Amino acid sequence: MTEPMRIKAQSGAGQTTVRILMNHEMESGQRKDANGKTIPAWHIQDVQATWNGKVVMTAQWGPGVSKNPYLQFFIKGGKPGDKIAVTWTDTKGESRSDEAVVS
Amino acid sequence: MNKRRQALKTGLALGAMGTMSSLVWQEAQAYDKAAFESKTWQDALKALGVATPKESSDVVFLAPDIAENGAVVPISASCALPGIKRIIFLVEKNPAPLVAVFNVSEDVLANFSARCKMGQTSMVYAVAVGSDSQAYMAKKEVKVTLGGCGG
Repeated sequence: MTEPMRIKAQSGAGQTTVRILMNHEMESGQRKDANGKTIPAWHIQDVQATWNGKVVMTAQWGPGVSKNPYLQFFIKGGKPGDKIAVTWTDTKGESRSDEAVVS
Repeated sequence: MNKRRQALKTGLALGAMGTMSSLVWQEAQAYDKAAFESKTWQDALKALGVATPKESSDVVFLAPDIAENGAVVPISASCALPGIKRIIFLVEKNPAPLVAVFNVSEDVLANFSARCKMGQTSMVYAVAVGSDSQAYMAKKEVKVTLGGCGG
């Protein structure tokens, strides 16, 4: 089960600020459970953002990104009504996509 | 392994909805497992094919002096030099120093903010890679009073 991202995209001064809050455990693979067994790593590893359907940003993440990751980036240009879509894929192969409209 | 392949396929299919050039651009940025498993930040950069970075004031790197909670350390880096292709974050003393690699396209600024985990007080590096494979960096020591990677 994956939970939705919160995406905010705001245009102004010739650029669009995109802020994303993802829901993910981001288990590092370093922690041990109560029985001393290592909890296997489970984290988002690929992130992709599109602007009106065109890929504008990709990222690769390791286990060092915090739980429930936050990401901010800036699109050159952009106007109200433009569509921003974000997709992540984790180490279990699960993925999630969410969309937001630029305000 | 199959799941990973599936993920790659999904990614490529999404890319195909964009232009052909963006597909090629994306294909060059597959997940680099070796880099993320590297034990030192220098090895991680080497695994990514990044030259030894030189310190540059053109890389603007923001991180707190003291992180009260090592599980959530806000980091931010930007570089105004033309032709920056990647922004990379590394935490020297983490078990896996490579935190994140951001690939910059012509449509976005080389300016990213995220949050990272830190197990202990460490030097944190922000590296900007230019189109000529030149790498520039800024570093900052962040003191951690409560670790984020332990049990």
